[in-house]
Amino acid sequence: MSLRRLAPPEIQPASFAFSAENAEWARATIAKYPAGRQASAVISLLWRGQEQEGWVTHPMIESVAKMLSMPFIRVLEVATFYTMFNLEPVGTYLVQVCTTTPCWLRGSDAVVAACKKHIHPYPHTVSEDGKFSWMEVECLGACVNAPMLQIGSDFYEDIDGPITEKLIADLRAGKGIEPGPQNSRTSSEPEGGATTLTDPSLYDGSVIGKYKVQMPQPALTDAEAKKPTQAASDREAPKQKPPGAAT
Amino acid sequence: MLADKDRIFTNLYGFQSPGLEAAKKRGQWDNTKAILELGPEAIVDIMKKSGLRGRGGAGFPTGLKWSFMPKEIKERPHYLVVNADESEPGTCKDRDIMRNDPHTLVEGCLVASFAMRAHACYIYVRGEFIREREALQRAVDEAYAARLIGKNNIHGWDFDLYVHHGAGAYICGEETALLESLEGKKGQPRLKPPFPANVGLYGCPTTVNNVESIAVAPTIIRRGADWFAGIGRPNNTGTKVFCISGHVNKPCNVEEEMGIPLRELIDRHCGGVRGGWDNLLAVIPGGASVPLLPKSICDDVLMDFDSLKNVQSGLGTAAVIVMDKSTDVIKAIQRLAYFYKHESCGQCTPCREGTGWMWRVMTRMVKGDAKVAEIDLLQEVSKEIEGHTICALGDAAAWPIQGLIRHFRPEIEKRIADYSRMAAE
Repeated sequence: MSLRRLAPPEIQPASFAFSAENAEWARATIAKYPAGRQASAVISLLWRGQEQEGWVTHPMIESVAKMLSMPFIRVLEVATFYTMFNLEPVGTYLVQVCTTTPCWLRGSDAVVAACKKHIHPYPHTVSEDGKFSWMEVECLGACVNAPMLQIGSDFYEDIDGPITEKLIADLRAGKGIEPGPQNSRTSSEPEGGATTLTDPSLYDGSVIGKYKVQMPQPALTDAEAKKPTQAASDREAPKQKPPGAAT
Repeated sequence: MLADKDRIFTNLYGFQSPGLEAAKKRGQWDNTKAILELGPEAIVDIMKKSGLRGRGGAGFPTGLKWSFMPKEIKERPHYLVVNADESEPGTCKDRDIMRNDPHTLVEGCLVASFAMRAHACYIYVRGEFIREREALQRAVDEAYAARLIGKNNIHGWDFDLYVHHGAGAYICGEETALLESLEGKKGQPRLKPPFPANVGLYGCPTTVNNVESIAVAPTIIRRGADWFAGIGRPNNTGTKVFCISGHVNKPCNVEEEMGIPLRELIDRHCGGVRGGWDNLLAVIPGGASVPLLPKSICDDVLMDFDSLKNVQSGLGTAAVIVMDKSTDVIKAIQRLAYFYKHESCGQCTPCREGTGWMWRVMTRMVKGDAKVAEIDLLQEVSKEIEGHTICALGDAAAWPIQGLIRHFRPEIEKRIADYSRMAAE
């Protein structure tokens, strides 16, 4: 678990309101869930609020609680439980560096060093020009393109220390940067060309109508259906010991 | 090696358009009505016979899971929930399915919902996948516009599909935590029973399936259970998207046959281990939660559920993390221990306190600042965490450390000896 608290009262804004466009969007989002289940929209609404304000504020939590007819504490719980909610102000560009083992193996330490050098020596701290802050995050799910980082909504993959420095410098200078792999790859294929999916007949439309759906023969009997195979997660449960038993 | 014509995700790399027209050309949405005309029982029957085991990590037979749903809709509606909260370190397969081949998933949702008599389905995408969520939403909108799904669609089964998202909690990949999160609460797992098939989302019968399990379903039904069951080995059938990361020359995702030898997988698709096969130190074969394997086992192990279980590891999500001889393997596992400490939801004491304790001990062991007897203590404590928590996160935190002690105990002892010698000098 990580300890997460709301920002101190002195930096909390006085009020919060969704923009007209976001309020309209919120109504449509709440409608995705069955009547009486509007609480399901809480993560989406807080996220939209964060996109609007940059971080999750105390008045925002109150406002969302009112919109969803939830007690304040339930929304506060959600805001402090989920780590993507920033509970304090962040830079215009929030740089999130993945440092979990797959990225670490491919050199995420150099990426972190670049952030320390060019943004701020400490994470969660806004840089002097107010444009950047950085933090280490847990696996972002682009492990075959490691190391990688996320800025805003986009992933920047296959990076190293110098590329990270260049990304930060370009953003600081107001230049656009291209998301995705920063080397020759398109996405997750092996560098230098895919070893599979090279057969052109997959893409010329010849597979349409190639396979005819057939009724399974013969149907399984009831007894077969109830005979489960073993799941891979099955394991020998450790023996329970009474409290106070010698270890 | 699997032939290209037998691969299901033909746009895994996004070389083609993910749009509806291109997807149809690749054979998706091809006479889906004929699939639905088979009826729910026959669809579940095909899924059972195909031998498909869930692709989310536990490997539970998918067809069997579908058959647990009530056979008719009573006063409570049925739900399908798709688990796209892909957060297992090393795993990035569902991401490619959602951004590059989303129509396999949308079509799969329709077919699976029909088989389980659900009129609504929620896809829970992890919060960080913002672009992937947008790509998936585009595919859903296209399917609505073409009346492939929605009310009064051309397939004759009213069906609504919603894309929902989380906000950065690994634990929400656990099915009951995911349901809690989807209901707008903290993602803390529920006790089972009752199982979701009886009391799931909003207290209604629910099935939670991984993205890949759902996305392969239409192709399996179209091509027949025998085709799928003919790939791989008995009880470990079909194709699987492997994610190979770490110290290989060309890390990549690739769809291959279940049961492919680990070495062949790495040599054929990833350009081999960095510095050659002999430079291999260890492999984590199925995502961060499974114990690692030393090179001696990697030499000839097959990549499927049963083979990996026999060597005291597991296939998990088939995320292969390769470490060469330059790796500080203790540090690699210590980083995973930190991950589990960070991601523990705090509900059960053994996990909440134990993950932090194990991380602190592991941190000392990276330096060697420990006693040899503490290795046994660490093993003992990990066994006390394992199996004493509501969900499997406690187990998942314990297994990598147990694997490290099982295979690399001399390494830990050496580091402790080095450190105490240095301290004495």
